[in-house]
Amino acid sequence: MAAPRVDLADIQGLLRYGYGHHTESVFLALRVRDRAAARAWLAQADVANAVPQAPLPATVLQVAFSAEGLAALGVADDITAAFSPEFVAGMADPPERSRRLGDTGANDPAGWPWGTGPRTAHVLLLLYALPGGLDAFEQATRARYAMAFDLVARLPTVDMGGVEPFGFTDGISQPAVDWTGTRRMGEDKVLHYGNDVCLGEFVLGYRNEYGLYTDRPLLDPQRDPQALLARAEDQPDKADLGRNGSYLVLRQLEQDVAGFWRWIDAATQGDPTERELLAAAMVGRTKSGEPLAGCGDRGLNAFDFDADPDGLRCPLGAHVRRANPRTADMPAGTGGLLSQLVRTLGFDATARRHDLVASARLHRLLRRGREYRLAAEGRQGLHFVALNANIARQFEFVQTAWIASAHFNGLSGEVDPLLGTRSTAAGCADAFSRPSDDCPNRRETGLPQFVTLRGGGYFFLPGLRALRYLMEESR
Amino acid sequence: MTPQSCFMVVASIVPAREASLRELLQSMNAQAGNADPGNAVLPFGAVETLHYARLVLVDDAMQADLAVCGVTPARIPTRLVLMGDCDGPAADCLAAIARVAEAGLRRLFGHCQDFTEGADVLAWMRAHDQPVAVNFICRLGRTVRRVREDHALWRALAARVPRGPLEGPGEAQSRCRALLDFVEAERRAGRLALTDERPTPLAWQFANALHLVALPVLALLLAPLWLAALPFALLMLRRLEKSDPEWCPRPDPAALRALQGLEDFDVTNQFSAIGPVKPGWFRRLLVRGVLTAIQYTCRHIFHRGYLARVQTIHFARWVVLDDTARVFFASNYDGGHEAYMDDFINKVGWGLNLVFSNGVGWPRTSWLLFGGAKKEPDFKRYQRRHQIPTQVWYKAYPGLTLTDLERAGRIRDGLRGAARSEASALAWLRLI
Repeated sequence: MAAPRVDLADIQGLLRYGYGHHTESVFLALRVRDRAAARAWLAQADVANAVPQAPLPATVLQVAFSAEGLAALGVADDITAAFSPEFVAGMADPPERSRRLGDTGANDPAGWPWGTGPRTAHVLLLLYALPGGLDAFEQATRARYAMAFDLVARLPTVDMGGVEPFGFTDGISQPAVDWTGTRRMGEDKVLHYGNDVCLGEFVLGYRNEYGLYTDRPLLDPQRDPQALLARAEDQPDKADLGRNGSYLVLRQLEQDVAGFWRWIDAATQGDPTERELLAAAMVGRTKSGEPLAGCGDRGLNAFDFDADPDGLRCPLGAHVRRANPRTADMPAGTGGLLSQLVRTLGFDATARRHDLVASARLHRLLRRGREYRLAAEGRQGLHFVALNANIARQFEFVQTAWIASAHFNGLSGEVDPLLGTRSTAAGCADAFSRPSDDCPNRRETGLPQFVTLRGGGYFFLPGLRALRYLMEESR
Repeated sequence: MTPQSCFMVVASIVPAREASLRELLQSMNAQAGNADPGNAVLPFGAVETLHYARLVLVDDAMQADLAVCGVTPARIPTRLVLMGDCDGPAADCLAAIARVAEAGLRRLFGHCQDFTEGADVLAWMRAHDQPVAVNFICRLGRTVRRVREDHALWRALAARVPRGPLEGPGEAQSRCRALLDFVEAERRAGRLALTDERPTPLAWQFANALHLVALPVLALLLAPLWLAALPFALLMLRRLEKSDPEWCPRPDPAALRALQGLEDFDVTNQFSAIGPVKPGWFRRLLVRGVLTAIQYTCRHIFHRGYLARVQTIHFARWVVLDDTARVFFASNYDGGHEAYMDDFINKVGWGLNLVFSNGVGWPRTSWLLFGGAKKEPDFKRYQRRHQIPTQVWYKAYPGLTLTDLERAGRIRDGLRGAARSEASALAWLRLI
């Protein structure tokens, strides 16, 4: 079968680019005031696609919708309901989803300045500009849609030169997306972790890491009389509303930078070497981005933890290890069939010990976050943005089973040292342990919460044909 | 070693009394679906041998799916299920339950069709105790008492162990010895208990050994028969696999929400599911045969802390109901539901296919092992859609996962011999 042609002109650029040259950006969370005006503006909005451009465009606009937003824009209920259940319910969905995501206590949606109840975003606009161009772009954009929307939250960002507020190099780990759409996964087991990921893990309408197509709204062609939509690859008798779209997860993560370093200093009694060591152990990388697990000269993202199964170099609970444990489908061992059978049946004790977290390739996120700093209010943090095709299996899994789990990888009583909420279902989880092969494991306790969730949402980032369909038809 | 066992009391309820029963079940919970261990109806916490227990209402809604096979299902009355996993014989545990909760049990079973006012509760429960096709026990011999003692020991040691770097040779051993002395002192003072394991019951040993040998011998004796039948069975299987209808629609959003409303209060979650077996003698025979084989492996191989690659299931069981018309599955697993499903697909999809591909609508398999659960979206919808709410769920050791239990067990086992060498002392200290 020939590789499917990936229509870059139909895909929003954010899926392909981080827009690193566009160092200025602002995210606008909007609510629909005038449905007709909103639809009219969105239908003709100049949304950037993923086709490479030279020279770079001066400004870039990207558009995404929440489920509530689709309803507010008059999209038929049955179409909205056909999106993923997580998207339909939304991120601020207490108590079940909040409990699962660790969005409790200080992170509870009840305390969010935006993103819940009447402050739920309907439409998310992401504006990017080359240096010096954002102010005019934002003003012009807002002037054009003025009557259509109310502003719920204006999320300005700041260019910190690739370093997040705690002081660590950020944005190193990204999956290598197979933009040719030719990577074929099926029942074959992956014996070694790799960074390549099928396009369908991030863009709907293409094959994913299971070799299958993620659920998305497929419509009867008579609902698309102008044939605005492409047909579904897997079901050619259906119009594919999801094709070339993705789900965008936005979380405003406020970082208590002073509190973080104050705690580290107290825990290390101000010893400058120990201070850096503990902070690096919590992150899993040094400030300059060197992974503790070691990557030689292969590049800062070219490593896994196979040589460090017990966390002697990079603690099992370190942030980068939780966010991506870099495990294969099978625990380490030889590729021989007999050996695989033995491991499949669980008879290899060593393999079992290293098999608590498997198949990282099924839980990858494309990260597009931007830092923010509000000097006047003394607030800073990260507008975490992740793109994925399956919110449950990707973002929510990573957040629930890895980041916020007090029992990740056989640990006990500790959650992500940077991101975690310390009170969990299992009780207090405020520890961080550093295994060592020459002394009892070091274990810090009483970690305060360093990061607080201040708002967010689940959004659908449509393909451009789908955007037009949603705004012109879809009733 | 005290072997674990299970019970499953099943009885049809009086339809008119269902609302009252639901209310009563709800009154037993401290949080949605999670039992108050000291509740007035059935104080699970008072039964010291009980690991897990649940009360589930099983209706026949899933039977409607038989329509995809062109079969009109017969109505099956809604059943009340009381099930549990316990130390020692199930009969003893049922007796203990009857002792601590006779009045509450009368109130519960008073909602059932054949429970009469003056009935002997214990005898009635025993009469309604359903045989279990497969009973998976993650670690055979680990009693509730042992779990609690091990955990108390670990906590005491964790608060005491000096965590700084070792100063010189022999220090791991000396630290280890100091901790062992501490344990001994705590034990004498009555602050730590380390009860000796009981001898394995002879009758159990005998029955287990007999089962170990008898099944293979029987299979060997009947080899000419089943070897002759095998080619035809495979042909039949392939024919059915190609024609059996798949039926994996999305679960109803409200039903999904109701299920999620009962989850993630503890590090362990419950799962109960039911579904009709595909019509026809072949699938019924096959599911029986497969379950017999799985039970053999669970009884003799998979009781040492893992079920193939899965190390997150404490107890699980398959039960065949209504003359093999339906199969009921229940488990207690660590972590969230999405991770549970992913583990199933990626680690033991083949094992699920063996059993569940005999269920109506299961995603298409080939050769009984392949495909099926590997079809992620279909499988996940199917799995959630067949799940039913567990009205009341009890766990004897909240907050503890299997990795905690295993680790605490290794610390306890290490009390003997940890100080023998510097290396063993260090390995033991690192566990704490």
